Amino acid sequence: MRLRGLMQARTGGLLALALVIAVLPLALPNNFYYQVAVLVGLNAIVCVGLNLLIGYAGQISLGHAGFFGLGAYASAVLTAKFGWPAPLALVAGATGVALLAFVLARPILRLKGHYLAMATLGMGIIISIVINQEIPLTGGPDGMPVPGFALFGLRLTGDRTWYWIVGGLLLLSVWLSLNLIESPVGRAFRALHGSEVAAETVGIDTARFKVLAFVVSAVFAAVAGSAFAHFAGFVTPVEAQFLRSIEFVTMVVFGGMASVFGAVVGAAVLTALPQILTAFHDYEMIALGVVLIGTMILMPRGMLPSLAALTRRWMR
Amino acid sequence: MSMLSVDRLRKEFGGVQAVVEVSFAIEAGRIHSIIGPNGAGKTTLFNLVNGLYAPSGGRVSFLGCDVTGLRPYELAARGMARTFQNLQVFFNMSALENVMVGCHLKSDTRLLPSMLGWPSIARGDRATRARAVELLHEVGLDAWVDADAAAMPYGALKRLEIARALAAEPKLLLLDEPAAGLNPTETREIDRLIQRVAAAGVTVLLVEHDMRLVMDVSDRIIVLNFGRKLAEGTAQEVRRNPEVIAAYLGTAAAQGAGSRHA
Repeated sequence: MRLRGLMQARTGGLLALALVIAVLPLALPNNFYYQVAVLVGLNAIVCVGLNLLIGYAGQISLGHAGFFGLGAYASAVLTAKFGWPAPLALVAGATGVALLAFVLARPILRLKGHYLAMATLGMGIIISIVINQEIPLTGGPDGMPVPGFALFGLRLTGDRTWYWIVGGLLLLSVWLSLNLIESPVGRAFRALHGSEVAAETVGIDTARFKVLAFVVSAVFAAVAGSAFAHFAGFVTPVEAQFLRSIEFVTMVVFGGMASVFGAVVGAAVLTALPQILTAFHDYEMIALGVVLIGTMILMPRGMLPSLAALTRRWMR
Repeated sequence: MSMLSVDRLRKEFGGVQAVVEVSFAIEAGRIHSIIGPNGAGKTTLFNLVNGLYAPSGGRVSFLGCDVTGLRPYELAARGMARTFQNLQVFFNMSALENVMVGCHLKSDTRLLPSMLGWPSIARGDRATRARAVELLHEVGLDAWVDADAAAMPYGALKRLEIARALAAEPKLLLLDEPAAGLNPTETREIDRLIQRVAAAGVTVLLVEHDMRLVMDVSDRIIVLNFGRKLAEGTAQEVRRNPEVIAAYLGTAAAQGAGSRHA
């Protein structure tokens, strides 16, 4: 029964998300709101991936903006400087990031807790420094323009077009994550979180599955980065900055760890709010801190799981 | 050929000698027990056999292969499973999922088919789920199948760990104090469970404090004290061994026992 409930929650959740994406444009008055929606979608893709690592496999990363930035710059540099077709640049960026994440993951993921946080933080900062310093290639701190995304001669331009593309990408990433979580691989991820010692003794190569979670989440971030570069038409090193990494983690924690839809909700709330409350821009970081502390104290499991538990209690 | 043999195994933690030159061999299809007073090195010995600790010296052979220094997951793949004295349950999952994780070695863990939700993955999962339900039934946890592990009582968690270990279809099962903290009724249930497992052809190595349980189920008993092997034999032999009595009850009692037997 619980199983059927789960399947329903899964397809039901996917349908609900598709419905929201389909209906939302009715409530979007102008292009600015479409832009915000696209940013929400891109952040949500990163968070859905990051949640696999943080929420399910129980490993922290404070460096995922680095992968987002690498995806963005791979697309920017390969299309603008080398004239590659955009889809090829996207795939090349994702593959490159996957390889980098794979190489970095083994030594980094041997660490635990604070040490792992520090190592991933360092990794993200190094990536952002490299992007800042490689001025001939990346334009350095000034950033660089990115050509539009052309698919089979069709140029994808305009905020409304991007809305549907990113909406589709988000649905795809949610679907892929849900599949993964409900598979033996996903259970192995959660086993790592539950007890590494027990996971090892039932035959799970813990190092291998940590690396896998890290690589998959890095690829999600890289693809979102590539899409962002073409959507925005301009990239700067800010996208790879440490603060962006913190934002991603905050979204995951706020929305709900080990909840795919929680990650989407977290990304939506924390992306849309600052855009809408621009008057309070100066206090953005303070607000972020308050949200993180408040979540930890009031809803340690995150917004969506806590709300779900609350409604279940009411229904009874 | 013995199923498991341990040859002059040593483990030091700093200056502390937790296990000192311990050797023994275990035959297939039997129940062996390791007993000894608190701090005798029983759990350390388990952790060495199981690969959680790397030994300071000596060798471990499993099914005729030298497995010294292999990691626990590699030993699991060769057919060794275990439970823990201090529970190591996946508290972020249901009872059923805990046992399903136990089936990991027989599951399809290819990344892309898993992400793309191939039908073969779902089919494999259905089979795994059915097997896990069966195992929960075998250990008497029918009522807890869908329960969150975090909501289960201690005695049920002990049995959940056994079900999870059995899910890997091990040849050798290491049980670290499966009856610790249980009441006499629950202990008798564990007793019967262990005998059923052994009757099904799984070799069992047991660490236990409950003497009645040990004496009831064990074909052979190894006694440890201060990290050394004190004695080995059947329940009868061990019970009469003066050194064992001394270790448990003090020297005076041993002398008394010795004179009575003399």
